[in-house]
Amino acid sequence: MSTQASRSAARVMLSPAVISLLIWMIVPLVLTLWFSFQRYNLLYPDRAGFVGFYNYTTFVASPDFIQAIINTLLLVAGVLLITVIGGILLALLIDQPIWGQGYVRILVIAPFFIMPPVAALVWKNMFMNPTNGLFAEAFKALGLTPFDFLGDAPLISIIIIVAWQWLPFATLILLTALQSLSSEEIEAAEMDGAPAHKRFWFIILPHLSRAITVVILIQTIFLLGVLVEILVTTNGGPGTASTTLTFLVYKQSILNSDVGKAAAGGVVAVILANIVAVFLMRAIGKNLDA
Amino acid sequence: MGQITLSKVTKRFGDVEVIPPLDLRIEDGEFVVFVGPSGCGKSTLLRLIAGLEDVSDGQISIDGKDATSVPPAKRGLAMVFQSYALYPHMTVRKNIAFPLRMAGLSAAEQEKKVMAAAEVLNLTSFLDRRPGQLSGGQRQRVAIGRAIVREPEAFLFDEPLSNLDAALRVNMRLEISELHASLKTTMIYVTHDQVEAMTMADKIVVLNAGRVEQVGSPLHLYQNPQNTFVAGFIGSPKMNLLTGPEATKHSATTIGVRPEHIATSTTEGLWKGTVGVSEHLGSDTFFRVNNTGLGETIMVRAGGEVAIRHGETIYLTPDPTKIHRFDDKGQRL
Ligand SMILES: Nc1ncnc2c1ncn2[C@@H]1O[C@H](COP(=O)(O)OP(=O)(O)O)[C@@H](O)[C@H]1O
Ligand SMILES: [Mg+2]
Repeated sequence: MSTQASRSAARVMLSPAVISLLIWMIVPLVLTLWFSFQRYNLLYPDRAGFVGFYNYTTFVASPDFIQAIINTLLLVAGVLLITVIGGILLALLIDQPIWGQGYVRILVIAPFFIMPPVAALVWKNMFMNPTNGLFAEAFKALGLTPFDFLGDAPLISIIIIVAWQWLPFATLILLTALQSLSSEEIEAAEMDGAPAHKRFWFIILPHLSRAITVVILIQTIFLLGVLVEILVTTNGGPGTASTTLTFLVYKQSILNSDVGKAAAGGVVAVILANIVAVFLMRAIGKNLDA
Repeated sequence: MGQITLSKVTKRFGDVEVIPPLDLRIEDGEFVVFVGPSGCGKSTLLRLIAGLEDVSDGQISIDGKDATSVPPAKRGLAMVFQSYALYPHMTVRKNIAFPLRMAGLSAAEQEKKVMAAAEVLNLTSFLDRRPGQLSGGQRQRVAIGRAIVREPEAFLFDEPLSNLDAALRVNMRLEISELHASLKTTMIYVTHDQVEAMTMADKIVVLNAGRVEQVGSPLHLYQNPQNTFVAGFIGSPKMNLLTGPEATKHSATTIGVRPEHIATSTTEGLWKGTVGVSEHLGSDTFFRVNNTGLGETIMVRAGGEVAIRHGETIYLTPDPTKIHRFDDKGQRL
C-alpha cells in the first residue's frame, strides 16, 4: 500500500464500510440528542416541543441521580476488582499441570455461556433467597440466621452475580497471557534468588499488565451498561440502593414513558462513560504501548 | 571455589531415561564444554547442575557439599540462557541489578556493582534501554552481566551464542574466553558446535544420548578419540571413517584418517579416485574424492594454492602413523 494509486484505491474500497459505520453511529446519537431537548412523554403525546435543558436539569437534580452515579461506579469498580484479582489467581491455578486440566478449564469458562437473566435468576432463587436458597441452608446448618442478600446488601449481591459472569472472561485472557511468559524468564528469576512471591510481583505481574489493561477496558465498557441483572433481581431497590445510571435511564423511558428525559439520561451516561474512559486511558493506557 | 562433582546422576522423564547414570568431576576454575549433537541431553545435564530439574537418582555436590536437593538460588551458580531470558519490562540497569536487589543489597552497592559489570561488558551507554531496544550481541552481554554481578561459584552457559550471526559469534567466543581468563571462575558451557568446544574449552565432555563418550582436553580428544563417535564428532571437516578390507589390512573393524593426514599426488599413491566438489577457503582447500573403491567419499585437506579440478584423477596416501583404529564396538584399539 505504498503507491499513490493503491492508496486511493484503498480509500475507495474502505469508504462504504466507513460511511455505513458512521451513519450507524451518528443517527442514533443525533436522535438521542434531539429527543433530549424535547418534551416527549408517551403518556402525553400532545404536549410536545422544545424544552431546552429542562430534561437534563430534572434528570440531574432528581434525588436518585447522585446515588445512581455512585452505584454505577461502585458496581464497575467492585466487579473489576473481583474479576481481575480472581482471574489472576484462577489463571495461575489452572496454568499448573493438574489432573483433569482440560475439564477444569471448561468448568471455569462455563459461566460465560449462561445468559445473564438466567444466571441472575439462578443466583436470586437458588442461592441468595433467604428462605429457600442454598446460602440460607448453609447459614442454618451453621446455626446462624439466614442473610437476606438481595434485601440487605443489594449492590454487593449484584456485584457478586456480575463478577461471577465476568470471571471466566478475565481468567481466559489472563491465562493466555500467562502461557506466553517464557519459562526461561521464570527460571532466570529463580536462579537470581527471587522466591515465588517476588517472581510473581517482579516478573509475572508486569508481564500480565497489558492483559490486565485489556480486561479492565473491555469489562468497563460492558459493566457501565449492566441492566438485566438488576432488573430481574432487585429492580433497582430496595429504594434506590441498587439503581445504576443505566437502570435510571431504563426507569425513565419504560416505567415513566418519558422518552425525552431518558434521552437526556442516556447523554449523561455517555458523558460519564467518556470520563471513565479518559481516566482509565490516563491511568493504564500506557500499558498498551508495545 | 567452584568444584562440582556428579556421581551416578540419572534423569528420567517418565519412562524415558534421558541421562543414564553419569559420573563427572569439574575442577575449580576450569572451562568445561559439554558438546554433543542436538537432543543428546546437554541442556538437561546443565539444568540438573543448576537445580532447575530434579535428579531422578544420584548425587550432585558443589565444593564437596551435597547440593542434590538445594534449591537453585542457593547453589551459588549463575546461568546464561540460550534465549537470554532478560526481563523485558526492566531497563538494562535493572536487569543486571535484579539478583543484587533480590539479595537485599543497598541501592548504592547495587549501582556500584552494576557499573563495574557494565564497564567490563561495554554496556555503560545502554544502561537505560530496555532489552527490546538492544541487538542480539548486546542482549547476550546483559545476560552475562546479570550473571557476573552475583559473583557465582560457577557460570553455566546453555548455547549462549547460537542466536548470533557468525561474525558476532567469533567475537563473543573471544570475550567469554577473556572473561574466564580474568575471573578465573569455573565455567560450564554447553554447545552443539564442536568448533566452539575446541576453541574455548580447558576440558571437553563429549555427550551422546546422555552418555559421556570421552572427557579430555581439546587436543587430547583430537589426537586420541576414544571411539568412532568422538572421532567423527570432533574435528572439522570430519575424520574419514573406513570399514571393510582397508580396515582389515590394519587388523581393525574401522579405521579413521583425518583429512589433513592424507597426502595428494597426481601420479602415484595408495588410493586412486576422482576429484569431486571442492571448497577453496584461501588458506586451505577441502575436496571430496569419489570412486576410490573404499566405499566412502574421502575428504582431503590440502594447501590453499593447489590446482585441483573437478573430475581429475588423484592419488591419495594416508600418513600411516596418524591412522586411528577401532574395534567392532567402535572402541579405540
Ligand atoms: N521436560 C521434558 N520432558 C520430557 N522430555 C524432555 C524434557 N526435556 C527434555 N526432554 C528430552 O530429553 C532429551 C534431551 O534434551 P536436551 O537436554 O534439551 O537436549 P540438548 O540440549 O542436548 O539438545 C530430548 O530427547 C528431549 O526430548
Ligand atoms: Mg539444549
